[in-house]
Amino acid sequence: MTSYTTPTKRLGLVIDLDTCVGCHACAVNCKEWNAGGHSAPLTDLDPYGPNATGVWFNRVHSFEAGEGRAGRTVNFPRSCLHCDEPECVTVCPTGASYKRAEDGIVLVNPDTCIGCKLCSWACPYGAREYDEDEGVMKKCTLCVDRIYNETIPEPDRVPACVSTCPAHARHFGDLGDPDSAVSRLVAERGGYDLMPELGYRPVNKYLPPRPGKPAPPVQPAEPATEGLSGFLGWVDRMLSR
Amino acid sequence: MHPAPSVIVFTVASGAGYGLLATLALLAAFGAILPSLWLGLVGFGLALGLITAGLLSSTLHLGHPERAWRAFSQWRSSWLSREGVAAVATYLPAGLLALLFTFFDPGRGTLAVLGLLTAAGAIATVFCTAMIYRSLKPIHAWCNHWTVPGYLALAAATGLALAFAVLGAFGDAAAGPVGIAAIVALAAAWWVKRSYWAFLEVVPGASTPETATGLGRIGKVRLLDPPHTGENFVTKEMGFRIARKHAGRLRVIAVIGGIVLPAAFVVIALATAQPLHSLAGAIAAVLALAGALVERWLFFAEAKHTAMLYYGATRA
Ligand code: SF4
Ligand code: SF4
Repeated sequence: MTSYTTPTKRLGLVIDLDTCVGCHACAVNCKEWNAGGHSAPLTDLDPYGPNATGVWFNRVHSFEAGEGRAGRTVNFPRSCLHCDEPECVTVCPTGASYKRAEDGIVLVNPDTCIGCKLCSWACPYGAREYDEDEGVMKKCTLCVDRIYNETIPEPDRVPACVSTCPAHARHFGDLGDPDSAVSRLVAERGGYDLMPELGYRPVNKYLPPRPGKPAPPVQPAEPATEGLSGFLGWVDRMLSR
Repeated sequence: MHPAPSVIVFTVASGAGYGLLATLALLAAFGAILPSLWLGLVGFGLALGLITAGLLSSTLHLGHPERAWRAFSQWRSSWLSREGVAAVATYLPAGLLALLFTFFDPGRGTLAVLGLLTAAGAIATVFCTAMIYRSLKPIHAWCNHWTVPGYLALAAATGLALAFAVLGAFGDAAAGPVGIAAIVALAAAWWVKRSYWAFLEVVPGASTPETATGLGRIGKVRLLDPPHTGENFVTKEMGFRIARKHAGRLRVIAVIGGIVLPAAFVVIALATAQPLHSLAGAIAAVLALAGALVERWLFFAEAKHTAMLYYGATRA
């Protein structure tokens, strides 16, 4: 059955909304790596035409939150959160969608997926994208083909998005281990779940933007024309009539 | 949600087919209709034909229809898988019942056992279909307690309207009670849909852009820039939108065309003799089916998915 146990090792991402600059580098490097990775290809349809669409595992949105001085612009990368209660897995009629017992990564088996798309309906986060060309569902693999890959240098054994982020806004690690660097980061910064009300218990966490500094008091500007004398004063008086 | 024609046709055709099948099976089980060649051929033929056409239509939207057999494997967790298992399991008693009813007369006992098994299978299959939608938490318009009654009531209403048309055409004595049952089922369908639409008006989904991004702590959340300027799978599949005005009109069409008029034609049929009796019965069945198609289209078109909260939707 499409059952899963919540593994003790829970690999995932921690995304810092305070430092993300919205450059889309993570999304582009994800596409670059995964176009040849575990779920390759990431098909593009009409790539040079007016209606280009294609499969991406990571999408970067920008939101505005709050009003006026308290308002913030927040860049918001969105990808599979490798949930602890992944209903994308339980609804799958074929068992093609599964959650790995050893590290909690949620994957799709492209050889048994029938392309019914039910899993994409069951994912609240819009993290699954169907490949029309191949007729199977695709999603973030947490770069399962990088993180254990002994043929690449040790520091590169992280998901492509993490390795490329110029702002260090993406962190990868074991969120099942309370002493891991990512778990400590989440504890320190108050990392949170997206849509906790639906009960999917995402592994990936988001770090909130830090509170902004209070704005310096505004100096009232001197009325520019006051005190003008001589010729300029005369011009100003003439023009202001 | 994108209203895919294959899924709409599937759910309506199989719903009506299972409704008709359950009606005939129960009538046969209790001896209210007697084995006969033509009633068997037309009645059970129509029921099994609608079910089979519906199931085949549902495989049309698969990326890999040739792998459809794999969908029977995950019945322990997946309602889609359970639906497939229930559908196949129902074919066994239903096929046997249809065969014996049409060509042999196996006696009351056998008909009773097969009839009850068939009816139970038919109801279970429609229940599983409804549960596929009922269990999808990201879609508030489906994940609520009106979805299962809606599917069952529509299947009963369309199935009974079809049964009335068939029995009426054969001048069978069971037509009268079945006609009354059809009117009751149509009224029940109307009540369920009305309550469902009222529920959608007053009970909002729990998720908002604030919970989807977690940025509600700062204030109200608005989309500033989408991640891409064109469409993607998510916006095409889950971003379908229908104007309130159009939805309102279609609801009226579904209720008048699919419930009020069919009920009126059943009444006319009950009050008239042949050939008007058969004609009115047939019109009632066709209208009920057409109305169910409109209702099912709306069931998809009006449903909003939480993924669209990331693309500027304010409610899901
Ligand atoms: S984010 Fe979506 S696709 Fe990923 S595990 Fe959770 S429900 Fe499944
Ligand atoms: S699209 Fe594939 S992975 Fe998704 S539910 Fe259907 S069979 Fe399973």
